[in-house]
Amino acid sequence: MAFTASRHPSGVLVVEVEGQLIVGNRQELKATIQQALDHGERKLLIDFAKTGYIDSSGLGALVSISKKVREEGGDLRLSGLNEDLRSLFELTKLDTLFAISDDAAQALAGF
Amino acid sequence: MTSPLRLCVRRADTPLPGGICAEVALRIPSDVAIIEEAVELVARHCFATWDAPRRVHFRLRVALTEALANAILYGNGEVEARMVEVRAECRPDAVHVHVTDEGPGFDPATVHDPVTPDDLEVPRGRGLFLIRNLMDDVRFNPPGNSICMTLRRA
Repeated sequence: MAFTASRHPSGVLVVEVEGQLIVGNRQELKATIQQALDHGERKLLIDFAKTGYIDSSGLGALVSISKKVREEGGDLRLSGLNEDLRSLFELTKLDTLFAISDDAAQALAGF
Repeated sequence: MTSPLRLCVRRADTPLPGGICAEVALRIPSDVAIIEEAVELVARHCFATWDAPRRVHFRLRVALTEALANAILYGNGEVEARMVEVRAECRPDAVHVHVTDEGPGFDPATVHDPVTPDDLEVPRGRGLFLIRNLMDDVRFNPPGNSICMTLRRA
């Protein structure tokens, strides 16, 4: 599992989550986003197109990240959730907290 | 690397007393890095004789992942020497999965659902909520250090 950050020409930092976002690696994602904020990034997209699973700790990390980005005046969007993962967001009502797009292209167009 | 996990599986051609077709038992140390492998092992055996839809696989895997994380993080306080026991009973009508830690337990009634607007930004407390919503029945023993999760076949 890994997090890959790359800057899209539109100025959005895209972080891809490969594998899983779980209790064992959630701090790594939080650190990646914090580092991006420290470098002045304010438009952030976390893409889950290559993600198999997000556990409750991962959801909690996204909640913390969302709050942090908002405090810094940034814009955070999520994309690429498969049907199962989207159901977790709906079940926990976190779909009301995040701007979620079907895929990265759609999310990028929304910034 | 040799896996530290030791799985015990009993299968019966005809159901054992209590209607059990197969029983899976596993003891794991309190290390969150082991959760993924433990879930894979248990789920594989639970579904060995049950051609369940993909969504049912997902429900069991999520619930077991959350139960193991709770047992390791909160029950056993991440003290690696403390073990977590997993026992899955596969019956003709349902799968029952027990997860037991070595902690003092807790009162599950005190854990409320984190889905009110005020709670949405709280980073913790969604594990038990997911378990309760994805499994057909969830029970705790009186001390609260053992959870029994039931997934019905029909």
